[in-house]
Amino acid sequence: MQTVGRPTQPQAVSSIPETLTGARGLLQDEVLIFELGGWDKTGVDLAKPELDASDLGDLVRTEPIGLPGLSEPETLRHYVRLSQKNHAIDLALYPLGSCTMKHNPRLNEKVARLPGFADVHPLQPQSTVQGAIAVMDQVAHWLKTLTGMAAVALSPKAGAHGELCGLLAIRAAHVARGDARKRVLVPTSAHGTNPATAAFVGYAVEEIAQTEDGRVDLADLEAKLGPDVAAIMVTNPNTCGLFERDIIEIARLTHAAGAYFYCDGANFNAIVGRVRPADLGVDAMHINLHKTFSTPHGGGGPGAGPVVLSEALAPFAPAPWIVTGLDGYTLDENPDGAFGRMCAFHGQMGMFVRALAYMKSHGADGLRQVAEDAVLNANYIKARLSPLMSSAFSGPCMHEALFTDAWLEGSGITTLDFAKAMIDEGFHPMTMYFPLVVHGAMLIEPTETESRIELDRFCDAVLRLALAARAGDADRFKGAPFHAPLRRLDETRAARNPVLKWTPASAG
Amino acid sequence: MRYLPLTPTDRTEMLAVIGASSVDDLFVDVPAAARRSGLVDLPMHEGEMEVEHDLRLLAAQNRAGWQGPFFCGAGAYRHHVPASVDHIIQRSEFLTSYTPYQPEIAQGTLQYLFEFQTQVAALTGMDVANASMYDGSTAAAEAVMMATRVTRRKKAVLSGGVHPHYVGTIHTMASVAGVDVVAQAFAVDGEAAVIAAIDADTACVVVQTPNVFGTATDVTKIAEAAQAAGALLVVVVTEVVSLGLLKSPGSMGADIVVAEGQSIGNALNFGGPYVGLFATREKYVRQMPGRLCGETVDADGRRGFVLTLSTREQHIRRDKATSNICTNSGLCALAFTIHMSLLGEKGLRQLAALNHSKARQLATALGQIPGVEILTPRFFNEFAIRLPHAAQGVVEALVRMGIIGGVPFSRIGAGMDNVLLVAATETTSEKDITLFARDLKGALTQFNADTNGEAA
Repeated sequence: MQTVGRPTQPQAVSSIPETLTGARGLLQDEVLIFELGGWDKTGVDLAKPELDASDLGDLVRTEPIGLPGLSEPETLRHYVRLSQKNHAIDLALYPLGSCTMKHNPRLNEKVARLPGFADVHPLQPQSTVQGAIAVMDQVAHWLKTLTGMAAVALSPKAGAHGELCGLLAIRAAHVARGDARKRVLVPTSAHGTNPATAAFVGYAVEEIAQTEDGRVDLADLEAKLGPDVAAIMVTNPNTCGLFERDIIEIARLTHAAGAYFYCDGANFNAIVGRVRPADLGVDAMHINLHKTFSTPHGGGGPGAGPVVLSEALAPFAPAPWIVTGLDGYTLDENPDGAFGRMCAFHGQMGMFVRALAYMKSHGADGLRQVAEDAVLNANYIKARLSPLMSSAFSGPCMHEALFTDAWLEGSGITTLDFAKAMIDEGFHPMTMYFPLVVHGAMLIEPTETESRIELDRFCDAVLRLALAARAGDADRFKGAPFHAPLRRLDETRAARNPVLKWTPASAG
Repeated sequence: MRYLPLTPTDRTEMLAVIGASSVDDLFVDVPAAARRSGLVDLPMHEGEMEVEHDLRLLAAQNRAGWQGPFFCGAGAYRHHVPASVDHIIQRSEFLTSYTPYQPEIAQGTLQYLFEFQTQVAALTGMDVANASMYDGSTAAAEAVMMATRVTRRKKAVLSGGVHPHYVGTIHTMASVAGVDVVAQAFAVDGEAAVIAAIDADTACVVVQTPNVFGTATDVTKIAEAAQAAGALLVVVVTEVVSLGLLKSPGSMGADIVVAEGQSIGNALNFGGPYVGLFATREKYVRQMPGRLCGETVDADGRRGFVLTLSTREQHIRRDKATSNICTNSGLCALAFTIHMSLLGEKGLRQLAALNHSKARQLATALGQIPGVEILTPRFFNEFAIRLPHAAQGVVEALVRMGIIGGVPFSRIGAGMDNVLLVAATETTSEKDITLFARDLKGALTQFNADTNGEAA
């Protein structure tokens, strides 16, 4: 590069000017596709139809639809620009306790796109999809072996859908023995999907109290169990990041009352390969494939929530069932005893392929290491942050470390402020204000795919922020984030006057 | 193991920081009876090359759509997806992002969801759409539940044209909630028959257009009848490309429109993941299930997007939520939005016209085969035919000739064993049609000969 005759040192400035275009460096201020002017444009080349639509008469749509089109280069640029405004696991960890995601292996993406999986119709003749059904069967085998359970329903499309599937199986089992029941017990620390699902299935939801050490209160459970209780829904390890020490006793009491034990398996990643839910007395448990088995979560889905079932519940599993015969596999779409169908077709096949690639990549040895490293990483974060931040519970945690906001008391800084300041330091905030059982919760889950260097970077940043908070550096927090693509967004305004789509009037 | 960054030295040093002597100390809360010291009975880990090989072998046992003439529809359709769609959705910032809980660092996701909602509202002719559902069938079940909330009634009437899997899904979900699901007998052209079943208890009628037999219906009169009785009209669309040619459900008076969006941007994937579309009228927005993205401003007054109206949702309302849904189908919605942005109105109309034309050509070719009867009176890109023999056996015979010849109705619903559902799209070539017609004719001739032989 020619450097002669031009200054090579930047000059100091007294203040940083705002940009003229709204861009921030290379980050463009990108408008909506509806504002890019493509009202008579298309990015596809299609053959001319041989025949017209005269046979459809007045069924034909004549009014304008209102869909802009873009050429391929414009489309790429628009969506690549948008992508640059996102955080992603490939940029840094998602310390979102009880939600989170781990590294998404690219092999999984590659194999899911093989035409033999991606270009296969759910209803083409079963003789032409033996490999696809074999993938389902293998995934089922791995999940059953890892959990020790009798059967698995693969079709639920996400964790909450799996909860619904599990409760429908429980309901069907009660109905089959002429014992309709009315209540479902849920601990106060449960995910919101648990009570929502139980209510959806028509059960009255009752909360189980929690002990001071963050676990199910056995005495309260025993008091609330009764002949009208259909099930308990307990997350284990729970959303405080703790293993329910009394879990076997919880299951025993539940079964003694004639109820079933639904386990929310969101946190199965902490125990996979080390603990089999069947050995704890679980009757049904969904597994979020993204969280334990690394399927991507692309900005909120698609998920997959297979449900493992005990011997008692297996006969009620929803259609379809995989049947193995002399001629190979078939899918029984109408099995006797099934409580019904969770969705059209057979579930999230694309996710099964990815999960199978992940499971085979780790194997029995690697999956056990997954649980150990996930727990080790969480405890490491807990150990490093505890000197400055208030840990909610003593003793080792499982996959996630829970802190309260007690250590911020008197600083004027809230959990939310602290979280938003983390964004400026390059990190996605932890889960905030959940679980509801501790004040100002900060729930941090690293997963096993974080290196020690990355964990230290994260902990160093959080500790420096904690020191700043304790030192009363409130400005750093109250208006944060300052360096993100956007500043703090007005969520009240969005809810009070919902604008849910672009309209020509709202432009500009 | 290639996905695990910790080294044995890391683990030892980290345990020292924690103050534990071994990792077993961290699992001390697990009851002794449930602690497993050994490995589960599964294979050991494999390298990337070996895993890829294993999965390629499994994939090779399936007949992919591109390998020959292919005519399956019935709720999932084989369309061409532009290469740029799959490229963009594999960008790290989209593929490996989580639900946009922190809007300041999720504007990429939130803005495409806002674009998606706008596209879906336009396509369906409705006021508002949500940020996607799991798929069309679960969206249909949620629509029925929403109608019961809006009307405070507990009965749903389903036409005989609704996809049997959708009927099953609605039945499974709604019946536990105490909804009386009345599903009419399957009928090729019977959407309007729901009118006679509407009464004062009816929360909604559910019709499908084009229906599972491919029949396109003007539902205006059904909407009028439903609304006159205080019920809502739910319109199901399983082939969303049809909306580029056919009148929108919104323009015909629908109150809720649910659709399977797979056709735009998403591969067949043996049934999933797909993307459910859910749209309704402005006045019902607070009764909608699922995530909604809304426009707002940031602290500097710049336009931005957030998840909104979350007081409907499970994480706030818990057992009082409008639905238990948490996850949607984000990445599939992104694929939909990118593909739709490439098409635009111009491309979508061309695509729809081309699909319709191919189906007409297919109908012309098949209709000339002796013994084949076209049952569907008005179709978009799919129609039902009646064969002189059970469709299941005929389809299996066609497989041996290298043709995936459609979906026998018996595969998804009871009765109508001789009915075959066939679809054509832009991916169907004239040669595919010629081969299909030739081989179907040949297969039927063989079946006729066998049957006559048995009779003799």
